[in-house]
Amino acid sequence: MGIELKQVSKRVGAEIHIHPTDLVLDAGGFNVLLGTTLAGKTTLMRLMAGLEAPSGGEVWFDGKNVTGIPVQKRSVAMVYQAFINYPSFTVFDNIASPLRVARVARGEIRTRVGKIAELLRLTPMLDRLPAELSGGQQQRTALARALVKNAPLVLLDEPLANLDYKLREELRDELPKLFQDTGATVVYATSEPLEALMLGGHTATVHEGRITQYGATAQVYRTPNTLLTARVFSDPPINTATVDKQGDTFVFGDAAHWPVTEKYAVLPNGIYTLGIRPHHVTVTGEHADGVVVRGIVQIAEISGSESIVRVEVAGNSWVSRSHGVHPFEVGDTVELHMQVQRCLYFDSGGELVAS
Amino acid sequence: MPEEQNMAKITLQNIKHSYLRQPVESQDYALKEVDAVWSNGGAYALLGPSGCGKTTLLNIISGLLTPSEGRVFFDDNDVTDIPTIERRIAQIFQFPVVYDTMTVFDNLAFPLRNRGVAEDKVKLRVNEVAVMLDLEDSLKRRASGLTADGKQKISLGRGLVREDVNVIMFDEPLTVIDPHLKWLLRSKLKELHQQLGITMIYVTHDQTEALTFADRVLVMYDGTVVQVGTPVDLFERPGHTFVGHFIGSPGMNILPCEIRDGAASFAGNVLQTASPLPTADNERVEVGVRPEFVRFDDSGFAVEIVKIDDLGRYKIVVVRCNDSTLKMIVDEDIRIPSESPRISFDPEYTRLYTDGWVVE
Repeated sequence: MGIELKQVSKRVGAEIHIHPTDLVLDAGGFNVLLGTTLAGKTTLMRLMAGLEAPSGGEVWFDGKNVTGIPVQKRSVAMVYQAFINYPSFTVFDNIASPLRVARVARGEIRTRVGKIAELLRLTPMLDRLPAELSGGQQQRTALARALVKNAPLVLLDEPLANLDYKLREELRDELPKLFQDTGATVVYATSEPLEALMLGGHTATVHEGRITQYGATAQVYRTPNTLLTARVFSDPPINTATVDKQGDTFVFGDAAHWPVTEKYAVLPNGIYTLGIRPHHVTVTGEHADGVVVRGIVQIAEISGSESIVRVEVAGNSWVSRSHGVHPFEVGDTVELHMQVQRCLYFDSGGELVAS
Repeated sequence: MPEEQNMAKITLQNIKHSYLRQPVESQDYALKEVDAVWSNGGAYALLGPSGCGKTTLLNIISGLLTPSEGRVFFDDNDVTDIPTIERRIAQIFQFPVVYDTMTVFDNLAFPLRNRGVAEDKVKLRVNEVAVMLDLEDSLKRRASGLTADGKQKISLGRGLVREDVNVIMFDEPLTVIDPHLKWLLRSKLKELHQQLGITMIYVTHDQTEALTFADRVLVMYDGTVVQVGTPVDLFERPGHTFVGHFIGSPGMNILPCEIRDGAASFAGNVLQTASPLPTADNERVEVGVRPEFVRFDDSGFAVEIVKIDDLGRYKIVVVRCNDSTLKMIVDEDIRIPSESPRISFDPEYTRLYTDGWVVE
């Protein structure tokens, strides 16, 4: 189903929750809303569902204005972060409940619940009560209930946030597949950039009640139009610094300078904000286009396979992320290799001018 | 600062625990058989999925639970039957425990005043701890106005303020903390550990938290400790297929393996591995290799690409070979062959497993 927001806004009292927003979702696809807590993701979903009325603008489904139509008549399914199941119903009855409300024939209920249960690997648990299930199984039951309706719009609000991370990994992998063949348009809210990338599809970055960018997920990640989008779509945070383009050289204070290559040659001389992701500033120098910058170690974290270090580079607090395990002492000066071809350059208004 | 003699080595000897009154079979035990030694001043993590027994083990160390079998020692003293309060343990839980109506200062002073410490000494010690935790500017504020991470720091501060603690134990302490603050608080814990040298035990299901905090990690699965090692050990040399699967994202590929004519092979392809060949017959043999150690290699064996997930920094490529699928992590700079892809495993990080356990 096609979903479109036309200048949709939401204000509560004097507070603006959503600024006037235009958005056309990828119909029949997976759409991620990415932003921190309170960025406005849940409000956007509630406006799509009809659980809240917009203060201005219109919501359109398949070319029809549905702005005044209540949630019951919009055929949407929604799954929340907390697993909501009826505690006294078996898994079967939980999944069947929306079909019973819709007065679907008994035989068809059995067939449809059976099919969904099979898909979500809940078949052996159909006679159990939610309390007898693990967290992952409870959330799969809630998902099954949303799926069984065959709703053309499915809204998933951080549905995996309460699960162990291994389970999260598994369901993240399964979810896009589950919806692929249903034709439903899916909207999925998350605060984790990595989760957005894993889910793929399209992503809208949300910041303080505004959608800062919408497009194919990997593209928004690689080519953020603004510094704000780059910040929303980075964990650990993207590194930034002020650089000066002087003729054929970029000058990063006293820390480093490097030649302006062909693709940046068109930029006028002047001050820019450079953005570079932590994994492009590494302690190992395996890249040919690496420029050395020096940083003072502030915090170091070593996992079994990676080293993540917060360093101060010419007065900026940066994060460097490298393969392998490297020892660091707080206060030490380290040499970092910055892949300058990976730099993003933003103008004073935070707009991307070159990447 | 805590005195050296106050701290202790913790030894768990043949610990078994069942919540049933008359346990019969192995499945009746939440802890099946745990032996562990936690040296004085170490930073440990207990890592495992929900239900693996890690909280049971923590409660046995703290004395909230008496084990069905086995003994607990602090240094050479058997403390199995000694109550929690006499074990001198500080505990920090998932949800911060603070007195909302008290100031930060009074919260931190509480454990000392409770023990009748003189007020001038209380003041000295609270200020010391506040400096360690960067709380010195909020000492006069009411605790109710603080954010979750501020409150969690107070919980931690109340543990640190006592100079007689043997061990500080954390049970999923960062669950309620916002993602971008997690790593600051985690680094703070690490820094405090280095500064104070108190034994710390950190319980979590989150591999990142365990691996970045601890010098040694105990991985638990189904009531037993399946591996104890440094983060690098667990990543590079998983001792059990569960460790390979649970640590790493995505986890280790675990593939069927055939032993024939003195060689190990997967899907008809002979493999070089870091393991000797298993000697016993009739055991299920598998080969384990992490996605990080699988690469495109024209001299390797043929596979079919099923799916490519672009995660920005790297791609996860799912490939199929016969009936098995496996994952590989491919850096963003590496070209993925479009025609007849072939792959190989890095022999140094490829191991054989029999019935789940590594062959060494």
